[in-house]
Amino acid sequence: MRRIGVFVCHCGNNIAGTINIEEVVKEISEYPSVVYVTSYRYMCSEPGQNLIVNAIRENSLDAVVVAACSPSMHEETFRNAVKRAGLNPYLCEIANIREQCSWVHEHDKDAATVKAIRIIKNIIAKVSKNEPLHPVKVPVNKKCLVIGGGISGIQAALDVANSGYEVILVEKEPSIGGHMAQLSETFPTLDCSQCILTPKMVAVSRHPNIRLLTYSEVIEVSGYVGNFRVKILKKPRYVIEDKCTACGDCEKVCPVTVLNEFERGLSVRKAIYIPFPQAVPSSYVIDEVNCLGLNPLICGKCKDACDANAIDYDMRPEIIIEEVGAIIVATGYDLYPKEKIAEYGYGEIPDVIDSLEFERLLSSSGPTGGVIRRPSDGKIPKTIVFIQCVGSRDPEKHLEYCSKICCMYTAKHALLYKHRVPDGQAFVFYIDIRAAGKGYEEFINRVMEEERIVYIRGRVSRVFRKGDKVIVWGVDTLTGKKVEIEADLVVLAMGIVPSKGTKAIAEILKIPQDEWGFLKEVHPKLRPVESPTTGIFIAGAVHSPKDIPDAVAQGSSAAAKAIAILSAKELIHEPTVAVVDWTLCSGCEVCVALCPYSAIRITSQKKAEVNEVLCEGCGTCVAACPTGALQLKNMTDEQIESMIINSLEG
Amino acid sequence: MIAFLCNWCAYAGADLAGVSRLQYPPNVIPIRVMCSGRVDPQFVLLAFSKGADGVFIGGCHPGDCHYVAGNYKTFKRVILLKKLLNQIGIGEERLRLEWINATEGKKFAESISDFIEKLKRLPPLRYNGGRLDE
Repeated sequence: MRRIGVFVCHCGNNIAGTINIEEVVKEISEYPSVVYVTSYRYMCSEPGQNLIVNAIRENSLDAVVVAACSPSMHEETFRNAVKRAGLNPYLCEIANIREQCSWVHEHDKDAATVKAIRIIKNIIAKVSKNEPLHPVKVPVNKKCLVIGGGISGIQAALDVANSGYEVILVEKEPSIGGHMAQLSETFPTLDCSQCILTPKMVAVSRHPNIRLLTYSEVIEVSGYVGNFRVKILKKPRYVIEDKCTACGDCEKVCPVTVLNEFERGLSVRKAIYIPFPQAVPSSYVIDEVNCLGLNPLICGKCKDACDANAIDYDMRPEIIIEEVGAIIVATGYDLYPKEKIAEYGYGEIPDVIDSLEFERLLSSSGPTGGVIRRPSDGKIPKTIVFIQCVGSRDPEKHLEYCSKICCMYTAKHALLYKHRVPDGQAFVFYIDIRAAGKGYEEFINRVMEEERIVYIRGRVSRVFRKGDKVIVWGVDTLTGKKVEIEADLVVLAMGIVPSKGTKAIAEILKIPQDEWGFLKEVHPKLRPVESPTTGIFIAGAVHSPKDIPDAVAQGSSAAAKAIAILSAKELIHEPTVAVVDWTLCSGCEVCVALCPYSAIRITSQKKAEVNEVLCEGCGTCVAACPTGALQLKNMTDEQIESMIINSLEG
Repeated sequence: MIAFLCNWCAYAGADLAGVSRLQYPPNVIPIRVMCSGRVDPQFVLLAFSKGADGVFIGGCHPGDCHYVAGNYKTFKRVILLKKLLNQIGIGEERLRLEWINATEGKKFAESISDFIEKLKRLPPLRYNGGRLDE
């Protein structure tokens, strides 16, 4: 038989003004197992709390009900008070007789009093069956995994490493750098992209706390926060990274030529290649799909040419197992596939290109040495048309959302074009101009006014070839007139979509994706970098389209969250979890599929087992369990049923 | 009438109704659960058998469940429960499922008031003159 103490708060007049406190105290004192009842004006105050502490000690109370405001206000306060008195805090429950009683039934004081008594009896019934619980303590592995080596992942890795924790940075391409490495200049400062990126890339490669795994992919993740077990597949380069001097002798003799992905197909590379000159790690790699055979009997020319003896055809894929405490996903974006928008002739007309291809034309280390040339005949275009919102802001056929960065980079492209082709004419078709960042509006104004680029507000309906020109048909909605431009080159600002590997990584990490495939955060306003799985964080464009400042900020933000986990001595998890009674469990597995946190597994004895660290205590599995084997600690079926009965009695 | 309210949305919405001093009839006793997905259909049937005239379940809006998908389970369970209630003569109008988030204090007060109004107009629950649990 429990010895329960009930403490009724007047809350000034907030409760006492509507509810008859004396009657409540009288009724409750007659309830079985209640050995002590009292009331006080402000229970949450220090004297109020001391009242509770002393009452517990003096009356050997083993459970406490505080009838006051909502538990969302002071449950923690009262639980701490109870802890001070030496009682387990989970043996203290709150009866809400203010927000959901006195404040909403001000006109019917009798009914409010009756309801208050029922509510308190409910909570007494619940707490009588509460078990003392202890927070689950979880040890923490002090390593962090960062998936994705673009600017966001690089920033996250550096921030975690600089805080003294080990980082494993996994990148699936042979070099880190992501799309930022392909850019020529960045808006609005017109900084050379490579110049601001490469110092960070080098910092990553030199950092004593960062283990860089390029040409690698995460293939499996198990475990939970503080204790993730990660399987990484390191693909063979067939070139020993440490020995390669990047001299390029191998490349010269390789007989195989394929399209260069880094150059977006505008130029070619060999089967043995380095992604770009500033690649980190600075090492060549053999593309085994296109190489003639990785076999000296078939070819072997690169191996013969290599003075450093860095080529090794016998390399095999390696599986690397790592244990980490936190994971950051920063796998970036790709452009909306051009093939999906046939009206603009992309893929069919060689002189219709996308924005990343234009970046490569602008880049001094690009396929044209920084001279803007048409892909078809290499001539310098004198009339260039930029089309914004290609694929974006189109709820009917393509992407409903705005890709955020295209207005800015198109302005940048137009400006850089005018600097290099001063006698050229640039046109930009736009719907709106979105320039919300720092210095962005000023940049757009400069482009429009100083550089004398023609901005046409309207969409393009068709792009087609006529001779060696590209005809663009559009409309100027501000004048209401149709527009036809004979262009030499057309650049499409394609929409931003999550990178190709996002679906696979989302499935491995169990991060939900939104309808467009972007990874979903717990709360878009208050918790933008946390995924629903504790310990796994999201940063950069894989979350939503964003510019470099935001990608960097999010990388740092995710790093801060990861550091909070890694720096903890141990992690504390709420113990109000689900637990299985094996005498009742039939192994039907209904619960396993229901759990959104994958916290339940079936053991070899065909019984369900709940991982108390992963379980968040929602109780969905408990409601579904056909035998009642699953129960939620301190919220069992028995407790809820007694609450129901108490509510309806009398 | 019993109201099962999920901690993160409906219960918080009910609290907000209180903070805003919105008034509604006192016939409802709230029971706080962490997720509307915790509500076992057995609880609903038990409530009716012990004399409840109606049962109200408040959960997060679809897509917003604090525990990702618990409210979807509730939704499915309520559909089946309603069919069952019709078959055994209690009637689906005595069970109400509402999506109420933490900012919808007004919606909570209005839903409860409306539900109680509708329940008052229904004949009392009796089975052959006795109570349902006999």
